[in-house]
Amino acid sequence: MISQFFVLSQRGDNIVFRDYRGDVAKGTAEIFFRKVKFWKEDGQEEAPPVFNVDGVNYFHVKVVGLLFVATTRVNVSPSLILELLQRVARVIKDYLGVLNEDSLRKNFVLVYELLDEVIDFGYVQTTSTEVLKSYIFNEPIVVDAARLQPLGPAAIFMQGTKRMPGTAVTKSVLANEPGGRKREEIFVDIIEKISVTFSSSGYILTSEIDGTIQMKSYLTGNPEIRLALNEDLSIGRGGGSVYDYRSSSGAGAVILDDCNFHESVRLDSFDMDRTLALIPPDGEFPVMNYRMTQEFKPPFRINCLIEEAGHLKAEVSLKVRAEFPSDIVANTIVVQMPLPNYTTRVSFELEPGAVGQRTDFKEANKKLEWGLKKIVGGSEHTLRAKLTFSQESHANITKEAGPVSMTFTIPMYNVSRLQVKYLQIAKKSSSYNPFRWVRYVTQANSYVARI
Amino acid sequence: MAPPAQSQRSPSPSQPSGKSEVSDLKLQLRQLAGSRAPGVDDSKRELFKKVISYMTVGIDVSSLFGEMVMCSATSDIVLKKMCYLYVGNYAKVNPDLALLTINFLQRDCNDEDPMIRGLALRSLCSLRVANFVEYLVGPLGSGLKDSNSYVRMVAVIGVLKLYHISASTCVDADFPSILKHLMLNDSDTQVVANCLSALQEIWSAEASTSEEASREREALISKPVIYYLLNRIREFSEWAQCLVLELVTKYVPSDSSEIFDIMNLLEDRLQHANGAVVLATIKVFLHLTLSMTDVHQQVYERIKAPLLTLVSSGSPEQSYAVLSHLHLLVMRAPYIFSSDYKHFYCQYNEPSYVKRLKLEMLTAVANESNTYEIVTELCEYAANVDIPIARESIRAVGKIALQQYDVNAIVDRLLQFLEMEKDYVTAEALVLVKDLLRKYPQWSHDCIAVVGNISSKNVQEPKAKAALIWMLGEYSQDMQDAPYILESLVENWDEEHSAEVRLHLLTAVMKCFFKRPPETQNALGTALAAGIADFHQDVHDRALFYYRILQYNVSVAERVVNPPKQAVSVFADTQSSEIKDRIFDEFNSLSVVYQKPSYMFTDKEHRGPFEFSDELGNLSIGGEAADNVVSAQRVEENDKDLLLTTSEKEETRGSSNNGSAYTAPYDGSSTSVFALQTHIESAISNPTAADHSPQASLAIDDLLGLGLPAAPAPPSPQLKLNTTAALDPSTFQHKWRQLPVALSQVCLNTQ
Repeated sequence: MISQFFVLSQRGDNIVFRDYRGDVAKGTAEIFFRKVKFWKEDGQEEAPPVFNVDGVNYFHVKVVGLLFVATTRVNVSPSLILELLQRVARVIKDYLGVLNEDSLRKNFVLVYELLDEVIDFGYVQTTSTEVLKSYIFNEPIVVDAARLQPLGPAAIFMQGTKRMPGTAVTKSVLANEPGGRKREEIFVDIIEKISVTFSSSGYILTSEIDGTIQMKSYLTGNPEIRLALNEDLSIGRGGGSVYDYRSSSGAGAVILDDCNFHESVRLDSFDMDRTLALIPPDGEFPVMNYRMTQEFKPPFRINCLIEEAGHLKAEVSLKVRAEFPSDIVANTIVVQMPLPNYTTRVSFELEPGAVGQRTDFKEANKKLEWGLKKIVGGSEHTLRAKLTFSQESHANITKEAGPVSMTFTIPMYNVSRLQVKYLQIAKKSSSYNPFRWVRYVTQANSYVARI
Repeated sequence: MAPPAQSQRSPSPSQPSGKSEVSDLKLQLRQLAGSRAPGVDDSKRELFKKVISYMTVGIDVSSLFGEMVMCSATSDIVLKKMCYLYVGNYAKVNPDLALLTINFLQRDCNDEDPMIRGLALRSLCSLRVANFVEYLVGPLGSGLKDSNSYVRMVAVIGVLKLYHISASTCVDADFPSILKHLMLNDSDTQVVANCLSALQEIWSAEASTSEEASREREALISKPVIYYLLNRIREFSEWAQCLVLELVTKYVPSDSSEIFDIMNLLEDRLQHANGAVVLATIKVFLHLTLSMTDVHQQVYERIKAPLLTLVSSGSPEQSYAVLSHLHLLVMRAPYIFSSDYKHFYCQYNEPSYVKRLKLEMLTAVANESNTYEIVTELCEYAANVDIPIARESIRAVGKIALQQYDVNAIVDRLLQFLEMEKDYVTAEALVLVKDLLRKYPQWSHDCIAVVGNISSKNVQEPKAKAALIWMLGEYSQDMQDAPYILESLVENWDEEHSAEVRLHLLTAVMKCFFKRPPETQNALGTALAAGIADFHQDVHDRALFYYRILQYNVSVAERVVNPPKQAVSVFADTQSSEIKDRIFDEFNSLSVVYQKPSYMFTDKEHRGPFEFSDELGNLSIGGEAADNVVSAQRVEENDKDLLLTTSEKEETRGSSNNGSAYTAPYDGSSTSVFALQTHIESAISNPTAADHSPQASLAIDDLLGLGLPAAPAPPSPQLKLNTTAALDPSTFQHKWRQLPVALSQVCLNTQ
């Protein structure tokens, strides 16, 4: 049960504000924003998603730079409220097509309409985009998606000008194509976030894949859908330590540690043939989340050397090697490395003929940053940097710098080898053949090499 | 809605101050009010939008109330909705004007379109004006009987709103019993869920004054109601499922087969993608199995994987909420999670609040087999750029050292920290070395050699400085320079800002004096003089006390100030086990995130709709029911023992044992286990000891005795078993026992 819901901009302006129960004093938005902004004097630490000020509990989630906030005096389930806030953001996004400050401001009446139906007197009524459709009468004012940063994992499919098929990811569930006909299409995205920690000698210390099968359906009439996954998929690493890498069989079987499913998914035949049956509700939703610690080949190897090179000087050499097939291209790669805090100047030296690369020394937090537009599978890139120090380093220089971290996106590639073998739509007629998009992407979550 | 007055807020370009705009709007609205021209609705929409946007940013537009109401005579539903929103926001401060809206709202409550009926009813109930309650009863009554479920859904919450405006009107109109009837019969599960929410709130509030209400509230957790809700659980929305599951945790089953039935039914809820559903299910499992040691432990094993999956899927905020619960479980039963330690490694991009929890978990799960890896990992964080986390990591290493018997390697690492020459690392490490020496005085030689090399000038933090000074005093006989370092510190007395450091300095100089009098005499004199002249009361008092006791008798002074010490065996835990148990009882609530029981952060009236553990004793339901409650509480209290003493239990059970493969390397008092176990066994074998039927039948009478055309409730409610998993209790247990048992084997191997 919540008392209030509001959305604040990055500057702390109210964009929408709904009081459901009137049992929390006014002015909570200001109290909340001040608290979040000045959580710790040094500004280094983020405010936790849940905190209590004078008996009022504040919950917040950050979505595209906006703060979605709920307040209550009751000792509720924190998980429930945080899930709810995230879900409210998703429902709003489903209706507006694009979620950002601009679209919220333009459509706040529609947002209020949604909020009135989602929550009544602090109790959740429904968060189903589908069910809500019959209660919503405002039409969305569409903002131009192209120049705005889109929301959600599906957004990674539309970087820059080169879009993946289907701009529909930024289409409102209420929107019709010009001419009044809806385009029949369905998107299934397999999104994997990988975390790898390499030791200083290059061994993999820990690795994990957190995957989601995300679906967004624009099919009319809600036909039943069957998603077939790898036949040799198995779940639960029975016996032995969860982290026993040696035990993973090399035969190519995909072994998930664990997974969970969306409400609409029926698992009747899952044990038999690894198919998920569901009637997809409108809007974007995760069909299945999974977690895997089975050994996999990391897409990048990172090599880093830092050596003293004379008085008050040192040299860094960073090498990144892409270990995936050459028909795959990773994009928006950023490599970061904290340098000793007495570093004053850095001069960079890129490899000859380098294109689409940028380098930067972030003075404020003494960080080296190396950005690459794209890396083709199988290739290798190197960066050299000369550091100048303001003082003699006493201790081992490798203890003062690093670790190297990396972020990247690799479209049409997934490390787990989990696959959607087929996507079957229950046929209404022989001429019914909607567009089906199945897309894969791998992203770095925490990709770290120690030095 | 938006706070109506926020004059203190400086107007920004996007937020106009309002005065002239508002009067402008007033004029335009007035012009449109009577117009029937085509397209007038569109212009109205634009104006209404402006009004609402002003309202949102905090401009007071209540002066438009009359005009808004005049314009609301429309069939355009979008306009209607905006008008309702406006009216709901300002009716409370404009009760007279609000009266104007009653008419059209009441009319809309009888509209053909169920949407309009529902909307109007919701707005009518949201006016929050006490004088209007008489206008609510009629529409609410017909709303509850409406053929459309949307209207019923709204009406049920409307009843709750009415209750908060005027409790007596609500109760006099007999709404609670109508809700109860709806809850048990309505075809729409959201109506059922709303009834449950409303009834919980109403009856909890009434319970303090009315015996009947407290009986009704108790009936909500009776067998028929619980079974009815459980049997429909899959029809409920995910949010309503949470509500039902929370209710189920209060239910006390009569025997173990009932427990297994419920768990069987709810098993697949653990695979839900919504973390709130999973945590609510886990709470049910944990609470149901409190009295069954083996199964309780299997529950821990079973919920591990789903919890870890939830932690790594979803937004950072969501995973934080789940991680807090995982943290609680890890702290309760670290040995169950000791092989999962790698899951608690920090990722560089995680927020500090997540890292902090993980560090605590890493500390807790460290045992003989994984300490090396964990400490190695923690040492990596010590060089981290995130200084607060680096500090916590060093502290974590220290805590592990204090827990372990084999501290050899860890001490080496700590000493390496001292050599890293980073101020904060040195500071934290000094404090740790001090604590270590208090527990393991035998390490003094190695430590002192390193500590002696640290220049006191490089140590600025009071805690660290105090630790260094303490070591100088305690081990002055082994540290060549101790008297001279202390002397130089005493000379800078005036520059020492921390009273804590000055206090430690006094004591250290005293200790040093007893061990090496000739070298220290000077310093002691200076220190005592400075101390007596100190403006800080405690420092002054201690200096004076030392001075006088030295005057009286030096050997007495030595016995007081520097007695032979016993090594500390266990450092006091900051939180009592009672508080920890209380937090565990409040699983899946804010208590877990704050790590405090709810009474520490909420006032009584807001402890949650179903929080009544305080008043349990006062319920006058009848002997049996009260007995039940008591036994449940006893079981809860004993839960901690249960968790810790499985291995013991294994032995005491001997041949009667049902073949559990779990053994945990923990000592426990066998007597308490014995007592507890006999208690449980008698409870299970002798159903009358914990009989539920009197209460259940009472509840059924109640349910049927409403005078309403109730559908005949089944005389003895049956739980529909999970169709895919129809296991009998023993196979069910067996199934769970197949879950990774490697842990216990690992433990055995290492012993």
